[in-house]
Amino acid sequence: MLTLAHFLSLGAILFCLGVAGIFLNRKNVIILLMCIELMLLAVNMNFVAFSRFLGNMDGQVFVFFILTVAASEAAIGLAILVVLFRNRRTINVAELDELKG
Amino acid sequence: MSLKTILLLIPLLPLAAAAIAGLLRKQVGRAGSHWVAILGVGVSFLLSAWVLYQQIFLGMETQNITIYTWMISGGVHFEVGFLIDHLTTLMMTVVTFVSLMVHIYTIGYMATDPGYQRFFSYIALFTFSMLMLVMSNNFMQLFFGWEAVGLVSYLLIGFWFDRESAIYAGLKAFLVNRVGDFGFLLGIAAVLYSFGSLDYATVFAAAPGIAGKTVTLIPGMEWQWITVICICLFIGAMGKSAQAPLHVWLPDSMEGPTPISALIHAATMVTAGIFMVARMSPLFELSDAALSFVMLIGAVTALGMGLVGIVQNDIKRVIAYSTLSQLGYMTVALGVSAYSAAIFHLMTHAFFKALLFLGAGSVIIALHHQQDMRYMGGLRKQMPITWITAWVGTLALIGFPFMSGFYSKDSIIEAVAESSRWGSEVAYWSVLLGVLITSFYSFRLLYLTFHGQPRYRVDVGAGEHPPDGVVQHAPHESPWVVTVPLILLAIPSIVIGYLLIGPVLFEGWLSDAISVLPHNNVLEHAAENFHGPVAMAKHAIGTAPFWLMITGFVLATFIYQFRPALADFFKQKLPGIYRLLENKYYFDELYQKLFISRSVRIGRGLWKKVDAGVIDGGLVNGSARLMGNLAARIRVWQSGYLFHYAFAMIAGLIGILAIWVVL
Amino acid sequence: MASNWPILSILIWLPILGGLAILTVGNQRAPLARVMALVISILVFVFSIFMLMAFDPSTAAMKFSELSPWIAAFNVNYHLGVDGFSVPLILLTTFFGVLVVIAGWEVIQERVQQYMAAFLIMEGLMVGVFSALDALLFYVFFEAMLIPMFLLIGMWGGPRRVYATIKFFLYTFLGSVFMLIGLIYLYIQSGTWSILEWQDFPLTLEVQKWLFLGFLAAFSVKIPMWPVHTWLPDAHVEAPTGGSVILAAIMLKIGGYGFIRFSLPITPDAAAALDWLIIALSLITVVYIGFVALVQEDMKKLIAYSSISHMGFVTLGLFIAFAIFQNSDGGEGAALGVEGAMVQMISHGFISGALFLCVGVLYDRLHSRMIVDYGGVAHTMPWFAAFAVLFFMANSGLPGTSGFVGEFMVILAAFQANFWYAFLASLTLILGAAYSLWLVKRVIFGPVGSKKVAKLEDINAREALVLGTLAVAVLLLGLWPEPLVNLMHASVDQLLAHIQQPKFTMAGN
Repeated sequence: MLTLAHFLSLGAILFCLGVAGIFLNRKNVIILLMCIELMLLAVNMNFVAFSRFLGNMDGQVFVFFILTVAASEAAIGLAILVVLFRNRRTINVAELDELKG
Repeated sequence: MSLKTILLLIPLLPLAAAAIAGLLRKQVGRAGSHWVAILGVGVSFLLSAWVLYQQIFLGMETQNITIYTWMISGGVHFEVGFLIDHLTTLMMTVVTFVSLMVHIYTIGYMATDPGYQRFFSYIALFTFSMLMLVMSNNFMQLFFGWEAVGLVSYLLIGFWFDRESAIYAGLKAFLVNRVGDFGFLLGIAAVLYSFGSLDYATVFAAAPGIAGKTVTLIPGMEWQWITVICICLFIGAMGKSAQAPLHVWLPDSMEGPTPISALIHAATMVTAGIFMVARMSPLFELSDAALSFVMLIGAVTALGMGLVGIVQNDIKRVIAYSTLSQLGYMTVALGVSAYSAAIFHLMTHAFFKALLFLGAGSVIIALHHQQDMRYMGGLRKQMPITWITAWVGTLALIGFPFMSGFYSKDSIIEAVAESSRWGSEVAYWSVLLGVLITSFYSFRLLYLTFHGQPRYRVDVGAGEHPPDGVVQHAPHESPWVVTVPLILLAIPSIVIGYLLIGPVLFEGWLSDAISVLPHNNVLEHAAENFHGPVAMAKHAIGTAPFWLMITGFVLATFIYQFRPALADFFKQKLPGIYRLLENKYYFDELYQKLFISRSVRIGRGLWKKVDAGVIDGGLVNGSARLMGNLAARIRVWQSGYLFHYAFAMIAGLIGILAIWVVL
Repeated sequence: MASNWPILSILIWLPILGGLAILTVGNQRAPLARVMALVISILVFVFSIFMLMAFDPSTAAMKFSELSPWIAAFNVNYHLGVDGFSVPLILLTTFFGVLVVIAGWEVIQERVQQYMAAFLIMEGLMVGVFSALDALLFYVFFEAMLIPMFLLIGMWGGPRRVYATIKFFLYTFLGSVFMLIGLIYLYIQSGTWSILEWQDFPLTLEVQKWLFLGFLAAFSVKIPMWPVHTWLPDAHVEAPTGGSVILAAIMLKIGGYGFIRFSLPITPDAAAALDWLIIALSLITVVYIGFVALVQEDMKKLIAYSSISHMGFVTLGLFIAFAIFQNSDGGEGAALGVEGAMVQMISHGFISGALFLCVGVLYDRLHSRMIVDYGGVAHTMPWFAAFAVLFFMANSGLPGTSGFVGEFMVILAAFQANFWYAFLASLTLILGAAYSLWLVKRVIFGPVGSKKVAKLEDINAREALVLGTLAVAVLLLGLWPEPLVNLMHASVDQLLAHIQQPKFTMAGN
């Protein structure tokens, strides 16, 4: 029997994977974007699970919002990425340190 | 015309003349400027004389007129007004007369100077300032005139402003005077504090009321209020009337054109201090301590400065030191409460000293601005009028019987002898010895300048700036604009003492302005013995001052007429004294070290060390530096890597959550 | 003249709006910008004259009051009004408004419209400072005024202008932030921003002391007093001539005005308790800065230091009142001190403005402010020399010029407080003459210093007009200060009566 705990654990694991990906990855900005998506999905997972177990549809409505936002985010992110690549000829995260103080 | 209008015109005419000559110099031209100035001062003189006539013959009362209210503040009415009593009128007449003479003389003296109009503007402005000073009926206006004459004196000493020494002398004169004014202003503040008014009449009426009051300025020392006030005021007089140790500016002021030396630095401005103390006699009378101070300062100046005059070679400087010494005489007279004797000597001195200066100026023109007496000599043949008038001036100065200086100086000596004030013995011996010295340096000047053989050489091809001792043209008598003032000044130098000693000194003509307490009245005894000027002169022959004067004459004649080598002999035998006198007791060097260098050092220290070092360097830029250093440390944390920031965010989030959970 | 016109609002907003209008003229049409600026500034001056004529000096009440809500939620009002303290200062401001426009006529060639606009806007803001009766409004004007000055120094200034502007801005800002805290505290306690209501608001002595120190932080920097004066010489040296003139002639006065409007009436007991501090700082300012001015090598710096030294008289005159109350029964000398401080402010406005304009005249020709580069200027510029000597004489306090009146009054009053106060203050007679005339000796007189000096041309008609106007003002005020002093009698009397009433007894519990 799948309980709420299983779903939440999966969400947490996915979220942690996303987080770890963000600060362990030093190579590619695309992976960063994917990690962000992964974290958003983990949140979605939680929403859907709660919705199902509490019998309230609000959570699933939220998921749609988040999916929409995530999609536009990915679009903007990729657009930025393209411009970045055009300017810097690289998308290597370790080389992107413009903010260094 | 009402009396008020006339009195207003007296100072305002010279002011208007100054404005026209100065501001419209192009429009009025050279001749226009001197006509305007002479007209202004001349009419002013005539009006002053008219007022004097009204007072003497028509018994005009003392006038105390308010012109306008300058300001009302803190319950005090500051007003501008005139107090016209006999003292004022006497001063007005003397000032305008000498000023008029100097104006006429200037036409000749400054004939080729490019600053002609400016010069007339200045001297007319001076006449205005001096009149404001003497006519004032309150301390504020007195201070105005006091500083205004200082300003004109500054401008005139530095008249030839491309000469470094002249502008230096001007600056020095102004600053030394400011030291005196510093005391004077404190004195005025003390007057206001004590009496709640700056009006002469109110203050003098209330003066006896504070006689017993004391004040503790330095813990443990209690002073009479009135003494503090009087000494503060007198410090002002010391600056203006060049009393030791504030005398250092007067000899240097000889850098100015000679007419100025005559008008400002001999006849009028420098006597403002004497006039002021005489005017304040109701205050000074209340403080024996202050009067003793006045007397001793005067005694030191009278003797000490006369001695310096002996060793000077510059003709104007000799007369300048003589002026210092004579001012010392006047100050001594003030100190022994013989105020009217001081004023009397002031008046006679104004005539004969202006005469001597203008005579010296005449010589200077003749020798093309050579002032060193070592390059003069024998000028009596070429310049008879100058020579004779110089003799008149000299005889008056040394106090030869029947001459004006005799009456005034002899009265002072007698008054000092009568005085029983603390220290009056010192003053007596000083003024007595001073007679010998005066006589000696005066004849030295006469002999070196007019007698003996010429020590200059005439060389037509010597060029524009010949070396010392060479002149381009043979000297000749000066034009009439120069000699006429000499003659006009020589007349009062002879007769004014004879005419006025009775009324001014012994018949109480000045008693409406000067008050003397009965036990201080040293002139009373002299008045009892006074049987007319002729008797006084006859009586004087054979007394100590007379013989001292003759001794000075004999010594000077012997040394400078017959044994010129003797002067050098003394110079070599007494090198210490000679150097001390030649360097004027090292006052200049002392002040340079003590005040000027030190002030500059203090200023530079405060600026570089405190302002730039501690405040700017330490506090202001220091705090900026602190911020900078701190930021430099913290900026390392900004690696610029996205993953570091993400890590920090998550670590922070976890941290906050942890705190939230734990609490 | 309609008496119900919002004359103060006109005086504030006419120059500000006019300045904004000039900004729209654009870079290409400099002559139009100049003429517009001149017309507006003259108009403002004329309006201020109307205000002076309609002003009734016989009472201390606020005249020409305007009151309307501004930020109702915090009880902030647009509240204006003037009394005997503000009117002379407003007139000084509008007077100099005209002069700086004329003074910058040909000198400024770049971005003329911005230069003129900055001055006009600053003029309006300064009038605002002098007429605001709402503390927040005052604060807004007080701070906003810094912006145009910041831009003026930063854009038209000398080589080290960035350092100078930042120093100037941070210095003054740091001080006024402390004042802001005090103002907010007072608002929270009293529920109003009205300066007039605060004057009667009871406060304990302890609280008053903190407030007093907060005000002191703001105004002592502004005026400035030792040891927070070091921004001024730098700002002056780098500022363009017009900026220096406004800075010295008017901005410094805001410090003195602040003491009169805030420190003395709102925290009178603290002022009485801490008067020794101000008097000590004032006397240090007078004497110390006098010595420092003596050794300056840069003309503008020397005048800047002399300004600081003269402002020491203002604070001295204001704060000796308490000692005079104790010393004499009537305490009438206190009025002499406060009025002397006011006269000193006005007179210093004329004189320092004139001196900076004189240096500006030389700088425009030779592009140097260093004393050693000059010498013998009187040979080639006789009229200029005459003006310069007059103003330097006024600076050293010559009677007959305005410089004398304020110093004289303050010294007379200081004597009634304590002999030694007067003694130290009078030292300025010597020091002031020394640094002023030493400068004159080295710059104006002497043999011609260099070939460049030999080629100098005398002042033109425009410069003569500016300097001549100031010369007349300096002499007029020196020869007849009564009209000016008469303006403020009632206000001074009221202030002195007010500060003698202890406030903390009312706040007792």
